[in-house]
Amino acid sequence: MTTTPETTVRDAGSARTPGGTEIRLEHVTKDFGLASPAVDDISLTIEPGEFMTFLGPSGSGKTTTLNLIAGFETLTAGTISLNGVDVSDVPPHRRNLGMLFQNYALFPHMTVAQNVAYPLRERKVDKREIARKVAEVLELVQLTGRDDHYPAQLSGGQQQRVALARAIVFEPRALLLDEPLGALDRNLRAALQTEIRRIHREVGSTFVFVTHDQEEAMSLSDRIALFNKGRIEQVGTPQQLYAEPETLFAARFLGDSNVFELGRSALDGVTWEGESWAVDPATVSPHPGVKENSAIVVRPEDVQVARSRADVPVGANALRATVRDVEYLGSYRTLLLALGEAGLPGRVRVNPLDGDYTIGDELVAWWRPRAQRVVAAA
Amino acid sequence: MRAGPAARRRPAKVDAVGWWLKAFGGLVVVFFILPTLFVIPMSFGESTTFQFPPQGFTLRLYENFFTNPVWLASLGNSFIVATLTALLATTVGTAAAVALSRMEGRLARFVRTLLMVPIVAPAIVVAVAVYIAFLGWQLTGTVAGYVLAHTAIAVPYVLVSVTGALGGIDPQLLRAAASLGSPPWRAFLRVTMPLISRGVLTGAIFSFIVSFDEVVLALFLRSPVFHTMPVQMYNSVTVEIDPTISAASSLMVVATTIVFVLPQLLRGRARRR
Repeated sequence: MTTTPETTVRDAGSARTPGGTEIRLEHVTKDFGLASPAVDDISLTIEPGEFMTFLGPSGSGKTTTLNLIAGFETLTAGTISLNGVDVSDVPPHRRNLGMLFQNYALFPHMTVAQNVAYPLRERKVDKREIARKVAEVLELVQLTGRDDHYPAQLSGGQQQRVALARAIVFEPRALLLDEPLGALDRNLRAALQTEIRRIHREVGSTFVFVTHDQEEAMSLSDRIALFNKGRIEQVGTPQQLYAEPETLFAARFLGDSNVFELGRSALDGVTWEGESWAVDPATVSPHPGVKENSAIVVRPEDVQVARSRADVPVGANALRATVRDVEYLGSYRTLLLALGEAGLPGRVRVNPLDGDYTIGDELVAWWRPRAQRVVAAA
Repeated sequence: MRAGPAARRRPAKVDAVGWWLKAFGGLVVVFFILPTLFVIPMSFGESTTFQFPPQGFTLRLYENFFTNPVWLASLGNSFIVATLTALLATTVGTAAAVALSRMEGRLARFVRTLLMVPIVAPAIVVAVAVYIAFLGWQLTGTVAGYVLAHTAIAVPYVLVSVTGALGGIDPQLLRAAASLGSPPWRAFLRVTMPLISRGVLTGAIFSFIVSFDEVVLALFLRSPVFHTMPVQMYNSVTVEIDPTISAASSLMVVATTIVFVLPQLLRGRARRR
């Protein structure tokens, strides 16, 4: 098959139509009849062309929600619509959504080319058109020349590329990815993450990505929906989730935090073990649960340490800290601290140039009130 | 250290087969094959009674067989019944295996057990029951009657071999097929079927053989105008003392062996390609 450069460019354009599909979940519930529903009244709108990640621990309902979007599970309640059209009762084969599975789910009895051609054959696409599209998409995933290999002859990373090619070759309304990198080793993961991001940019369709790996979620996503116990804990950009967590769960799930549980206390100024701390109203989470039960979280990189109270700037929140251990991590060092009277475990990131710390050092940990965050601790 | 030189020796194969096991296996093979080795030489003998070792060499018994319309008709009947049984049992058994593989719980286990009953139930009991029922339905001595009865005892073989094949299929493959646009029946044809084809073929072969050499049911269902080869063979010994049976037996051995071996040969060739 020969194609002139011109047709390649034009075809490339048509295959990568920008835009995408809006996926809207309204009061979506899935009850398997267990103690609590797997998915509990979730409402969420995924914007056209968005890279949305469902992040959460196992059993939090993220995969079930993805399966509901795909149509593999039936809704107990609620609706799912694609571009405003209710598809709640549409079977999966008519939803026109691509899907990537953790174990690749390639058809073992078909070659790479046959696997990728599968969705096109199901759509009765003309043979020559199939050949052209298969070649094009295999180029997109950088697997040209392996057409006649069987899946068993490929590495895990290559298999997932084939699966990716197969899932996008028919230009689905959106691509659903169910922990697609979970079975790959670290280096391959990183390579495929880059690949997936690039393909998302080039294809421009909506991607819904499920993972329990927070780093993966942070590096890939436009927005993250954080799942917990069948509900969405918080939705936002990676920065929002990291810098402005609304709940203790969110703060703990993404990155490390120093946590001071306050219980039910007034939030215009708090005392903790006799220390009185200022609270900036802008740092109080809008979550309604904050009034009932709250906690202060501070990221390790926002906490500083001083040798004595005198070195702590005016207006900073501070408390006593004892060095429990020192972790050297190349460009920075992490001090593991015992905070306050209670010896709460804490972490501080310090620059190696700032002097040496040894286990047992008595220090004062401090941070600016703006750097802390008051979250719901329910 | 004493263990030194011993450890350096070539490690014994974990699954090494002892000479005694090989010898025992050899004996078993001989035990199974021996009758066949008697029958085939006898079929070329000149004697008109059963005699071993055979005297002389002649193809007369084969000539008898292939010129006698009764023998030929029974052979043809057996082929028709076995082929139809294989088709029906394979279809039903495969469908049952696929359905049961998707079901869980007590009902599925019960149905599976129920379908396996013909394998463990005494043939004579099944035969009597079938005979009484078929008399009422006027199915005795008909192709349909033979095929239905043989299908009942052949389905378990298909069920077992197809269930085994289905166990090796990743259920995500069917979800993948659905996400790629296949309605369930298309996914079955294009994904499930190719992956279980070996199990289905094995089931079909077993069904064919089960029907082809089945004699108990066949004896009950026979009629003067329609019976299968095993019935004719039975008649030839008990009623007529016709030595043609040794030619017929040899042909049956060859036919069943071909049915078993041919797919393996074909598969072997396909793999080498």
